Amino acid sequence: MTIAASAPRVSRRSFGFDPSKPILLLFAAILCVLIILPISWLAYYAFTDAKGAFTVNNFQRLVADAAFLDPLLTTFMLATLSAFICCAVAAPMGWLVSRTDMPLRRTVRLLVTASFVTPPFLGAIAWELLAAPNSGLLNQLFRELTGAAPDEHLLNIYSFSGLVFVISCYTFPYVFVLIANALDRTPGDLEDASAMLGAGAWYTARRITVPLALPAVVAGALVAFLQAMTLFGSPAILAMPAGFHTMTTKIWSLFQFPPKPELAAAASLPLLLLTVLLLRGQSMVLGRRGYSVVGGKNSEPRLVRLGRYRWLAIALAMIVLACPVFLPYFALLNATFSKVASHLVSVSNFTLQNLHFVFFELSATDLVLRNTFILGVLAATIGTMIALVISYVTARRAVTGHAVLGFLATAPIAIPGIVLGVGLFFSYTRPPFVLYGTLWILLIAYVTLAMPAAYQQMQSAFRAVHPELEDASRILGASRLRALWQITAPLLRTNVVAVWCFIFVGVIRELSAAIMLFTSQTKVLSVLIYDLNESGDLAAISVLGLCMLIITSLIVLLANKLTKLGGRPATAGI
Amino acid sequence: MKSTISRRNLLIGTSALAAGSAFSTYVRAAAPPPTATTPALIAAAKKEGKAVWYTSVDLKLAQKIGKAFEAKYGVACQVERTGAERVLQRIGQEYAANVHAVDVVNSSDASHLVIWKNKGWLEAYVPEDVAKYYPAEHKDPDGMFASFRVFLCVIAYNTKLVKKEEAPKSFHDLLDPKWKGKIVKAHPGYSGTIMTATFQMVRDIGWSYFEQLAKQNILQVQSAADPPKKLALGERAIQADGVEYLIFSEKESGQPVEPVYATEGTPLIIGPNGMFKAAPHPNAAKLFQNYCFSPECQQLCIDVGGLRSVHPQAKEKPGRTPLSKIKLMKDDPAGVLKTADEIKAHYVKLFHV
Repeated sequence: MTIAASAPRVSRRSFGFDPSKPILLLFAAILCVLIILPISWLAYYAFTDAKGAFTVNNFQRLVADAAFLDPLLTTFMLATLSAFICCAVAAPMGWLVSRTDMPLRRTVRLLVTASFVTPPFLGAIAWELLAAPNSGLLNQLFRELTGAAPDEHLLNIYSFSGLVFVISCYTFPYVFVLIANALDRTPGDLEDASAMLGAGAWYTARRITVPLALPAVVAGALVAFLQAMTLFGSPAILAMPAGFHTMTTKIWSLFQFPPKPELAAAASLPLLLLTVLLLRGQSMVLGRRGYSVVGGKNSEPRLVRLGRYRWLAIALAMIVLACPVFLPYFALLNATFSKVASHLVSVSNFTLQNLHFVFFELSATDLVLRNTFILGVLAATIGTMIALVISYVTARRAVTGHAVLGFLATAPIAIPGIVLGVGLFFSYTRPPFVLYGTLWILLIAYVTLAMPAAYQQMQSAFRAVHPELEDASRILGASRLRALWQITAPLLRTNVVAVWCFIFVGVIRELSAAIMLFTSQTKVLSVLIYDLNESGDLAAISVLGLCMLIITSLIVLLANKLTKLGGRPATAGI
Repeated sequence: MKSTISRRNLLIGTSALAAGSAFSTYVRAAAPPPTATTPALIAAAKKEGKAVWYTSVDLKLAQKIGKAFEAKYGVACQVERTGAERVLQRIGQEYAANVHAVDVVNSSDASHLVIWKNKGWLEAYVPEDVAKYYPAEHKDPDGMFASFRVFLCVIAYNTKLVKKEEAPKSFHDLLDPKWKGKIVKAHPGYSGTIMTATFQMVRDIGWSYFEQLAKQNILQVQSAADPPKKLALGERAIQADGVEYLIFSEKESGQPVEPVYATEGTPLIIGPNGMFKAAPHPNAAKLFQNYCFSPECQQLCIDVGGLRSVHPQAKEKPGRTPLSKIKLMKDDPAGVLKTADEIKAHYVKLFHV
């Protein structure tokens, strides 16, 4: 058990041929192409005019125009509030699930997983069904209960606060997972030591548990902020009907006919800058505090006994889960079998027409389901491999320039998917890489977009595994790759499966890049659902959404089953 | 985005568009001889397996047409539905990247067909019905497109939320403060119907109407097919614009909606079909074009879809106000072509999104 002041440098061996070097370099090269190519095109567009001459005019237009500054401010407030709400909810819930004897802890984790496999745009649409001011089911219930006038409402989802709420609902699982996993890995003996030395439960929590979980909370806040900032679907669905833009929807609107790619490229740079600053901020907050919590010895964490508060705790957890899971899926289920989505299913209102439409009339159904799942499996497999290797390199500082690799892997998070989509569009519609119109361009987009979060997760997993175990293996003569394969990989198996599932689900959730890159033959589910929302086909969305949830859950469960060979169930990891 | 040419630029170098008449953009030119549906054409189409139809007509209707076509000929119809302005962007984007996926296109913004024709992308192809029955003002003289569907962009209201006596009679009635927060409206940047309607309304009643409407706290949706659905849900009491055909089909399936034909006139929308030269399934495309303009398909569009038709053999459905009894605004694709970009930009300024 070690709490190291800093991760010790791994000494590099200077003799013999280590095949890990060329392999690592290859991964570095892949990453460079994945990320630098589209970003270069964006930079080119941001700094040139229509004729290709250098200009800063695009930025001047941005700064001078309130139509750009308003969305920037809105986005910043949105992301800050969402990050705050997510942490405020996820931290206590993560603790309850990981470190207390709250009843139904496993179930709560599973349900958070369910909320995680829900794409935010689907959640936003479900919340339209629930909380649209007049037709929303919850508002109807409110009027029913209070006898309020027909045009009075309790909730209005088409508003800034509505948007913050929905985004928080579907960003909170990220934070929850990070925190719960960190707490899982935190050994109990430090807390035991604290208790033995006479500290009370609260004192121990404050001085031991919270500081140990802090890196995860900060990382969670960062992920939540960036998710909220770069999300496209939810604001497009909720903000635009209300008459305001966020940066992503603004950038997207700049690509509508007649497109202004140069302004969109310029508009994305403030987001990039903000993200870089945040990443710097994160490393400053965490500072030199590198916590290695898995060492050569381990002990199971001790559960805090909640006593009679157990039931209060589970009640609160269930109320929280109602927002991203129970209520939305109830609304979708209702819309699936109802003739009119805003009416509750009854004998006179029941219909199977919506199911029939989606599975027997809608010609896009087969195509998009096939495309989506091919892409999901491929992107998850490739993305996990890349993230694993790169986070190993940076966590263990295996090659010179590892910091650059880390930055590259994190960089896409700063780019809204939609802007990356356009960068990729420019990169891969001309020789030598003509990929537009194929699934490859989408695969590249998904892998690139998944990289930051996958990398962050893998890296925090690596950070938690102290290099002493690998060092032991290498001292005994194993190569770097062999040590990675035999020692580190088994320790990280749960994390690897979690990251695979994470990317897979990420592909299903992804809308903003796909919407720039699809063609009629390479359409994916998210794009189809977005299309259906624009034309108000809520019933078809509900059917597709539920169908998607079922298939995704099955695949996630299967992935966990396949790898659950003696280890802790990886469901815990997602 | 190589296709960033604005529509105004497209006009330069094309022959003058005769103002006022819908499609007589050229003096009678050489439309190819009409093609009938022959067993040979059906066999060739079957070999290709499917026709890909990009359209902006409401999805349920589009799929019904596709399924009816498939049932009749055993050739599938892959429907790619989105707003007409998106269809324009999609095809431009795909063609710029040399992706030729579309066989037949249908747009509710008739000026798009002129754009594609001027780019030389459309195939001169005249279905037999078009040659025999369609009025001259509803077909392109060069045989590149014809009016597949005709409909209106109407005000409508939810009869449970608004009493008949209190319902608005005109566009200007919508500006009454009592409707604040109760109106749903679609977007000209997405919908060809709304683009066309906005053009006609700006021309006939002016931007001042939209300036005031923008202060009514409207629910801004995208597709012109959405407002009728929002009315049926009870989400808003009134639609400022939206397609008439869904008001018909919602009403006839028992939903509490009712169209209003504004005293200022109602925008007339024409949605032509055209076939692409580079169609990946040329025979299936031809067969589908023939089917689309057949009395059978046109009647399906009327009966099931609520559309109107210019095929003389198609019958209007009883219970709907006949087109001849409605005061219409005049359609003018040439005018839309000239001003669409300005209209979109100005609209965004007024409505913020």
